[in-house]
Amino acid sequence: MLLFSCPNCGPRDETEFHYGGQAHVPYPKDADALTDKEWSEFLFYRDNTRGDFAERWVHSTGCRQWFNMLRDTVSYDIKAVYPMGDSRPDQPPADAAQTQQKGQQS
Amino acid sequence: MAQTAERENAVIRGLRRSPAVHLAEDFTRGSVSGVQGVTLREVPFLTMIGVRAAHGSAVWDRLGAVVGGLPERYGQVTGYTAAGGAGDSAGGAPGTAQGVSVLWLGPEEFLVIAPDAPDALDGGTFDGGAADGGAADGGAGGVSLLSGLLAALAGDPGQVVDLSSNRTTFELAGPSARAVLEKSCALDLHPREFTVGTAVNTQIGLIPAVLWRVDDDAFRIFPRASFADFLGRWLLDGMREFAAVEVH
Repeated sequence: MLLFSCPNCGPRDETEFHYGGQAHVPYPKDADALTDKEWSEFLFYRDNTRGDFAERWVHSTGCRQWFNMLRDTVSYDIKAVYPMGDSRPDQPPADAAQTQQKGQQS
Repeated sequence: MAQTAERENAVIRGLRRSPAVHLAEDFTRGSVSGVQGVTLREVPFLTMIGVRAAHGSAVWDRLGAVVGGLPERYGQVTGYTAAGGAGDSAGGAPGTAQGVSVLWLGPEEFLVIAPDAPDALDGGTFDGGAADGGAADGGAGGVSLLSGLLAALAGDPGQVVDLSSNRTTFELAGPSARAVLEKSCALDLHPREFTVGTAVNTQIGLIPAVLWRVDDDAFRIFPRASFADFLGRWLLDGMREFAAVEVH
């Protein structure tokens, strides 16, 4: 059993949380202009990273709030927990795309 | 017309059936007295109102004035007693029979818990008492707790919803209450960490529930109504070992 540090509630069992998939997937700037293939890739295609992976989680049986987490997919080591809308802590500050995403999430 | 509504209200109150009423006898039989005792009972029909408000907003202040302040941090319980004195988690005043308590469920989500008064939800004067300082529209002036909160919300962003039927209340008390809970709740329930007057949303057994320490060895557990049967039997099972004579 993993212990997650919820930003609101502190350390809780992993079973109290639900997974929300990969974090930082920017919504297309002009969704109407996408081809079906591009749209399906936005909707369904996600990275399958070996190593550090940024993902979204929700504390569903606690404060019911979403947050981002940086987790090593090999060792399950949790590297960071950070608010929705923030950029990945292990990467350079947000570029244009991430800034846009931040606006939509907050 | 008001009389008709009152009569209907009385009839409906008589017909109510709490989610764990069929376990009442089992709870009595399963309760253990003595130095390692633990008792379980259902406290039916408490008034529960879901409240949402953004921290620091005008709505936050207005709703807080009705119920004695909204909790600002994880685990905190605010509220007031019938006497009108503002209580906080340290004072232990909320959670008493006549008190109104506000539990922190999330940064902007709270649960108001009040006694099962006939007029807590509709019409009449809610006799649970008035908020400290007296709210403009709620509490004292012939308005129910629910309508007082709705008036305080005044259509601004936020939420006030009657959730009384959503959950039921179990009271687990006695020297072994913590030991029973620790079998199925992963939280650190030691009084050093989980102090009296702390309430949190967590998982007990296999189900989500709100857990509130109302006294050194008394807990209130709020499971969803449909989980009441499961949690009741689950806790009874956890209590069984304390009925046995301790073997040294």
